[in-house]
Amino acid sequence: MAEHNEHTQLNGDPEGYGRTAYTTPAAPADRIPTVVADSVDIVYRVNGTGAGRGSATAALNRILRREQTEKAAGVRRVHAVKKVSFIAYKGEAIGLIGTNGSGKSTLLKAVAGLLPVESGHIYTNGQPSLLGVNAALMNDLTGERNVYLGGLAMGMSREQVKERYQDIVDFSGINEKGDFITLPMRTYSSGMAARLRFSIAAAKDHDVLLIDEALATGDRRFQVRSEDRIRELREKAGTVFLVSHNNKSIRDTCERTLWLERGELRMDGPTEEVMKEYEAFTGDKSDKTGKKPAQKKAA
Amino acid sequence: MSQVLDTPPPTQAPADDLKALAARHGLTVSGARPSLPEYIRQLWARRHFITAFATAKLTAQYSQAKLGQVWQVMTPLLNAAVYYFIFGVLLGTKRGVPDYVPFLVTGVFVWTFTQSSIQVGTRAISGNLGLVRALHFPRAALPISFCLQQLQQLLFSMAALVVILLCFGVPVSASWLLVIPALVLQFTFNAGMAMIMARMGAKTPDIAQLMPFILRTWMYVSGVMWSIDKLTAKDHLPHLVTVALETNPAAVYIDLMRFALIDSFHAKQLPPHVWAAATGWALLAGIGGFIYFWKAEETYGRG
Repeated sequence: MAEHNEHTQLNGDPEGYGRTAYTTPAAPADRIPTVVADSVDIVYRVNGTGAGRGSATAALNRILRREQTEKAAGVRRVHAVKKVSFIAYKGEAIGLIGTNGSGKSTLLKAVAGLLPVESGHIYTNGQPSLLGVNAALMNDLTGERNVYLGGLAMGMSREQVKERYQDIVDFSGINEKGDFITLPMRTYSSGMAARLRFSIAAAKDHDVLLIDEALATGDRRFQVRSEDRIRELREKAGTVFLVSHNNKSIRDTCERTLWLERGELRMDGPTEEVMKEYEAFTGDKSDKTGKKPAQKKAA
Repeated sequence: MSQVLDTPPPTQAPADDLKALAARHGLTVSGARPSLPEYIRQLWARRHFITAFATAKLTAQYSQAKLGQVWQVMTPLLNAAVYYFIFGVLLGTKRGVPDYVPFLVTGVFVWTFTQSSIQVGTRAISGNLGLVRALHFPRAALPISFCLQQLQQLLFSMAALVVILLCFGVPVSASWLLVIPALVLQFTFNAGMAMIMARMGAKTPDIAQLMPFILRTWMYVSGVMWSIDKLTAKDHLPHLVTVALETNPAAVYIDLMRFALIDSFHAKQLPPHVWAAATGWALLAGIGGFIYFWKAEETYGRG
């Protein structure tokens, strides 16, 4: 709660909190921003839409006549994120909510630097890491190899990987039901694979960690463990973004929430206030503990 | 409901303030391409990843086969056997080539190294999007790692090659040491080509469909199963064609390896200035490919 009070004070407007933009340009010096999104627009271009555009001649036409307008070339523009601005600070855990296709995953990808922005800018402290349900590791290799390679790829030294190897395996809980870590990852269930992926990514102290529905696949015990780990990462002065359709998960981990709807930032404020509005909007009075199917790419 | 904003918050900070705020705290644009020296430094920091990834891929390659790692040696040998049957026996290209079997097998193995490096390079980014989108590392680590895997594969083949050489009575000689510089140069060339193909394959996945045809054509003109110097010795070829055949990088690396290993393959059969050509191709492809790949670093895995 101390954190909440601090925010309120800093905002200097406890009453209007949540109604105005949560981010103020006059942020005091003791709060260090880690992610700054400056009126970000993201537009997808999808090839092969429109009548007959999927045919071979249309494809050739598209290649040969580069200069023509996008519409004539059968390219459709999908404006997935519209003029979104926010500032995230060190030690914050920020939930991202919104109905399916509202641009949450797209926004996270852009923050991670994996999607180009159409206009505006995203500034980050260091390199944010995105952890999503689709983040496949190497399926033909054993879990053990994946831990090792994942650690090295994230920039850990061989000694660091060796040092943390046991922690990662214990955290993932892969070996709870027998020696599964030495089996190829293609033999894992989707829940097990997701748990191992999260464990590898969470082994490093990220400045900014973006989590996209990654917790939804694990069992309850694993979810609790991951939420603890997210809290721990925050305390080590990191910033965590969490996309989830599990409102309880957001309430448990995040004190601030961004609500995206049709690509627009609809609300930005303390989780409780935003959640109340969001639940009224979606017509859901009770806490949702069940899981919705994985959110599709906003398109 | 009245509290809910239907439009973006009206009290947004002006763009300049956010930019200034970001600059004040040393934030950088997300996903921007690092400078070339910084990129090389990052890549060097991931050298253990590159080698570990190559080894892991190599050992996983035949993990679903019953014979397992035996295929590392069996595959190149079977390849060589097929070429021997078709070109050596049926078409008779072995006429006038001394030590035809060592000549052919060396050619096939060295060519396979370049061919598979380019093939895996084409799919280095497009075939590993999951990894690229999940973790941040300099993307050049992928094509380089795949080439390293091919080099390890070649070393397995070389072990088999040594046995074949000895069986066909090719004596062990000091010139075998030339294999090392030849392989270093060929690896640099292959890595450069793999990086070029990786960038092209990432942008246009259709390239992967086209590569088998280009590579097969390249193989037939590279003297893998026939002797280039026999062809150029007859003077009915235009000069330009002779030069093209002799400076073809694949032919250069294959002939270097034959010269190093086979005693009956004499220096006069080598194309002129062969070491200069081998080094030149390695530097051109290696440096050029690396810069070409780095230029598009921020675009890999997007969209």
